Amino acid sequence: MDPIIILQAGVATGTVLLFATLGEVLAERSGVLNLGVEGMMLIGAMTAFSVTISTGNPWIGVLAAMLAAGLISQIHAFISITLQADQVVSGLALTLVGTGISLVLGEGLSKAGTVSLMPNFSIPLLSAIPILGPIFFTNHSVLVYIGYLFTPLAWYYINRTRPGLHLRAVGEYPSAADALGINVFRMRYLYVFIGGMLAGLAGATLSLAVSPGWFSELTTGGQGWIAVGLVIFAQWDPVRAAIGSYAFGALRRLILDIQGPLLLFGFDNPFYYNSYLGFFLQMIPYAFTVIVLVIGSREAFRKRLGAPAALGEPYIRGERGK
Amino acid sequence: MTESTVTKKRSFWRIRLEPRLDEPSTLLSLSVTLGAVVVALILGGVVIAAVGGNPFVSYAYIAKASFGDTGVLSDTIVKATPIILTALACSIAFRMKLWNIGAEGQFIMGAWGASAIVLTHMLPDESSRWVFIPVMALAGMSTGAAWGFIPGYLKAKFNVNEIISSLMLNYIAVSWVNFWIFGVWSEGGFQMSPKFPVGASLPRLSEYAKEFPIFRGLTTHGGLIFGFVAAIILWFIVYRSRWGYEIRLIGDNPQAAKYAGVSIVKNIILVMMLSGALAGLGGMSEVAGVVRRLQTSPINAGYGFTGIIVAWLAKLNPLVIILVSILFGALILAGREIQPAGIPKMIQGIILVCLIASDFLLRYRVRVVRGEEA
Repeated sequence: MDPIIILQAGVATGTVLLFATLGEVLAERSGVLNLGVEGMMLIGAMTAFSVTISTGNPWIGVLAAMLAAGLISQIHAFISITLQADQVVSGLALTLVGTGISLVLGEGLSKAGTVSLMPNFSIPLLSAIPILGPIFFTNHSVLVYIGYLFTPLAWYYINRTRPGLHLRAVGEYPSAADALGINVFRMRYLYVFIGGMLAGLAGATLSLAVSPGWFSELTTGGQGWIAVGLVIFAQWDPVRAAIGSYAFGALRRLILDIQGPLLLFGFDNPFYYNSYLGFFLQMIPYAFTVIVLVIGSREAFRKRLGAPAALGEPYIRGERGK
Repeated sequence: MTESTVTKKRSFWRIRLEPRLDEPSTLLSLSVTLGAVVVALILGGVVIAAVGGNPFVSYAYIAKASFGDTGVLSDTIVKATPIILTALACSIAFRMKLWNIGAEGQFIMGAWGASAIVLTHMLPDESSRWVFIPVMALAGMSTGAAWGFIPGYLKAKFNVNEIISSLMLNYIAVSWVNFWIFGVWSEGGFQMSPKFPVGASLPRLSEYAKEFPIFRGLTTHGGLIFGFVAAIILWFIVYRSRWGYEIRLIGDNPQAAKYAGVSIVKNIILVMMLSGALAGLGGMSEVAGVVRRLQTSPINAGYGFTGIIVAWLAKLNPLVIILVSILFGALILAGREIQPAGIPKMIQGIILVCLIASDFLLRYRVRVVRGEEA
């Protein structure tokens, strides 16, 4: 129950949520709500593990996972952007399809044994910083460090670059963006694809780094849905998304660790002696997601912040009032 | 100014989309839906073939293992019973564009609530069915409704996205029931509660085999009656009552509903509770009708999620839901023995994808026209 170890492991666990949440932030900023994150993550986790087994190279596994999840996300893109169907139902369908396909193709993978994982290493110099060094820069998977780079990159891209401006325009006021010559449809397809790739990366982070292996649906255990919830808490901002993801990661880790020691704060640890009390601990991340949603929704209401104005609305060219 | 006459006109065929202004006919709607299912089965077959299976064998097996004789047909209906109730639960919420994805959790909580009546000995064990069944059904519906109330209240008061909150409550419900199954009510350390007394079980057809020999060995249970009654009541609520009109109005045009003085806040909470109660009744029917004890395996089999697809496939019509549920019951029943194990789930997902995609054909008229361009 060393807090530094819990936080260190929490950063690793949180990286999974981070990738998935950042991907969903980008897709939603372009106006497409994609509830298929859970399904895309499962596709990613399964592909990463499977490809790594057959090639022996986890890097190829990660790339394949991103590609596979990106491709499957295009089902949602086609149905919701081109066919203008309801994004909620389409996203749900994507989760079901992704789960189903990953179960079918992942058959037998759970008994496949060990694979070579993504490498772990410490960053010289930075790891020597007291407290922060051991938490953020010691013995992490390379994917965790990549996660550190993605957050500021995503923030800068959305808020300070021209393509980022186009992205926001497409999500807030697609007809104006269209009038400026931005191809709304192409942009939305693109960001759904990027969101899918990031969800695939999140899945790969699970199966090749954080909790190695393929455990059918339990591999993700609802983390894709938590990511969708975190986007609302994050108010579509990458920095808040990162804070939320790492906090959730630490929480998940704390829940695992709290069942270990015999004594808790000097008392007999009830979770150690009655293992079934652990089911209450398992509820915490999900209950916490609901609480976080309430906080996020109230804050958004108070500050009059909100979702991208065109979120969930199909763009139909030439329709009035859009 | 002779240029315009000089330019050669090219003519070509192109696809033009025209929005349909009128409601598509029932026949068209039906054939598009059937077409979508056929396309889904073909796509599913392609995936099965890709992983080395034979789709024809798989599909033929599903048909034979679910409709082959009265015994399996009865098992199919047993699987369809919880789906009818969860699909009804989803349909009433979807009607209002409330995305209750939590039927799964409400179903599980309903199973727990009904079991609690038996396992805490609130009623004497030797009570008759006439006492047990109504009390258990009420308990299951109340716990299910309570589980639906939470996302409904959060949506109405704080505008919390009901998709995510109801989904999170699914996971919480699973943990909650596991706590009771593994801990408090565990029978001798096994992951199941003690068996319910006879009074606390729904009657099966096989119990009447003495009077009607044809019922011998048939497992279809009284929960099916709950399904039928609920579907009929729901049909009247949706299409023939003032409340149903309000629900449909909010779903189609919330602005108009607001100006008409319909309380959206009240209806969100009420509809989520009704939805939860229906799913909870499904959970009660499953523990009292199928396993007659509380255990994990049939109650978290994903009936809540199947209900979403069935509701959509039935175009939210309560009576059509019964029919579609039986088809999905067949898929689930036969799917248990098909390898790889994910095939039924995958086919369900692909069917939903094709259905949503096919809606496009109902909203637009696709015309191939001869266009001319300078």
